[in-house]
Amino acid sequence: MITRRKFLKALGLLSATAAGVSAKTSRAEPTEYYDWSKHYYSFVVDSTKCIGCGRCVRACKLENEVPLEPFFFRTWVERYIWLKGEEEPYVDSPNGGFEGFPVIYDEKAIRKSYFVPKLCNQCDRPPCVQVCPVGATYKTEDGVVLVDEKYCIGCRYCIQACPYGARYLYPFNGPRKSRRGTADKCTWCYHRITKGLKPACVEACPVGARKFGDLKDPNDEIHKLLDENRISVLKPEQGTKPKVFYIGIDTEVR
Amino acid sequence: MSEILWEVLNHIEGFIYPNEVEVNWSVLIALYPYITGLVAGAFIVASLERVFKVEAVKPTYRLALLTALAFLLAAPLPLVAHLGHPERALEIMFTPHLTSAMAGFGFVYAWYLLIVLLLELGYDYRKDVVKWAQTATGFRGFLYRILTMGDYDISEETLKKDEKLVGIITVIGLPSAAFLHGYVGFIFGSVKANPWWSSPLMPIIFLFSAMVSGIALVLLIYMASTKLRGKEMDMECVDTLAGYLLYTYILDLGLEFMEIAHLLYTQEEGIDAILILINDKLFVSFIIIQIFFGTLIPITLLVLSKTGLFRAKVRKFFYISASLLTLIGVFAMRWNVVIGGQILSKTFRGYGYYIMPLFGPESLTLALAIMVLPFILLAIFVKLLPPWDEPPLWMKTERRYD
Repeated sequence: MITRRKFLKALGLLSATAAGVSAKTSRAEPTEYYDWSKHYYSFVVDSTKCIGCGRCVRACKLENEVPLEPFFFRTWVERYIWLKGEEEPYVDSPNGGFEGFPVIYDEKAIRKSYFVPKLCNQCDRPPCVQVCPVGATYKTEDGVVLVDEKYCIGCRYCIQACPYGARYLYPFNGPRKSRRGTADKCTWCYHRITKGLKPACVEACPVGARKFGDLKDPNDEIHKLLDENRISVLKPEQGTKPKVFYIGIDTEVR
Repeated sequence: MSEILWEVLNHIEGFIYPNEVEVNWSVLIALYPYITGLVAGAFIVASLERVFKVEAVKPTYRLALLTALAFLLAAPLPLVAHLGHPERALEIMFTPHLTSAMAGFGFVYAWYLLIVLLLELGYDYRKDVVKWAQTATGFRGFLYRILTMGDYDISEETLKKDEKLVGIITVIGLPSAAFLHGYVGFIFGSVKANPWWSSPLMPIIFLFSAMVSGIALVLLIYMASTKLRGKEMDMECVDTLAGYLLYTYILDLGLEFMEIAHLLYTQEEGIDAILILINDKLFVSFIIIQIFFGTLIPITLLVLSKTGLFRAKVRKFFYISASLLTLIGVFAMRWNVVIGGQILSKTFRGYGYYIMPLFGPESLTLALAIMVLPFILLAIFVKLLPPWDEPPLWMKTERRYD
């Protein structure tokens, strides 16, 4: 027999699914009946696999209504190139890697080169949350840092405090009206992951360079990745305890 | 806004994070610590007479207080104008997030304005306001009668009490002024992501440069106002103020030197980027304007004035030049911190570029308008509450009160 509670739950799930299908982009976040204490998310970037195609950047901008101009990114891809006879790498990220990367050096002149996808590190000790004067940006229990666009006053202290350049001010001509003039950043597609889906960039990556998982789920493949690889994080000296883990990057990557 | 960002894109050097193209803290945020610095500095000048009993600077006491008030009223304007959602500005006071240095702003500001400045001015002017209320007519008389708040008691005993209260308020006010501005320095000094800002010395450097700018401002306003009123300048007062300007300057320069020496000697990550920032990107505004014209030249002029070799007329010229250069130099310091810190990319591999729009939000015109406002306010305050030492109208029939 179906209890009242179960019935309501099913109804909620049904309407949530319907909403997910009908709305192309994120509207309601987070999902109803979602228990954030039962999850703790983690993100792994395998730099050795990234081919710099930029599909993740495009997917992210579409999914999250990020303005298309080359000044606003929730995620972007950097290219590191070490030329023969030179010590310091050449780094670039044309339009955040949105259109992929043009060939700029003769292959024979290159000593080493690879791509590094970047996104918000959802730090465990986030300086952005610390400095927010009104508490509009906050840490969720499942390990994501979010911004309340209805509360943010647009002072941009958090943008200054982020060592990774992960935040930007949503422009006043941006497509999502309610977000204009507030700080915006990657949420690991919180509206998707709370429905059990993967973030858009992970879904779009053709080579599996971006992996997303739930540390509280013992069967998640993320455990294997973290256990079997040498892992590093960006700018560990900042003491921010990032939760995006990188495979195969040099210390020059920051 | 978008067109400016496209233009900025052409000026970027090396590699910066894509989100760093936009310089988020504009000229308005450089203006904000400048204005609060002038407030704190002017108040400290006022407290010289009250707390430290420097009798020579008495002619500037009330003028300094009114200057502090005029600038304090303008201080929140650049902040609010810069917000993405100015209509939510008061959330910072209603729902402050206590780990944020910025959340303190509303409280520090309100404390300073209501408890310190207005109270001190109120008690200091009480006798005069009562007298004015009894003699003035029309709108002015009405205004003075409101300002008395119904209390016309100016007996010897009450005035003594007032005097005592003002003394207490100034003693509280002095650390408050230091805190008001030191805290602004902490907003920058606590940003660990930015090696050009992150420094425990930042609050104290801000404080001393604030004192320097405040003394220079009061000195300049005092000299200009005596000239405008066709009165004789009190040279002892001017010389004393200039002396304090010099001593504060030396401390300020020392602190700035310690900061730079520490950066250069420890050579931590990002030092190469900082060297280029100083020697190239900020060369004009830092080395030329802030250090050379804004610090070394004024110090030289002030030292020369101290030698006793120059007549009053020459010293006046030195003081005016030194004060003007100081005010420019301290603004350059705020600019170099706020804008310079954002030109330096957090990748340490490149530099952004700041284009200041002439009109519109966060523009040069708006910054200038905000900067002119306190002078207009000061003119009104001076008109309503003459701070001059000479006896006002109502005293002409009475014995001069000292």
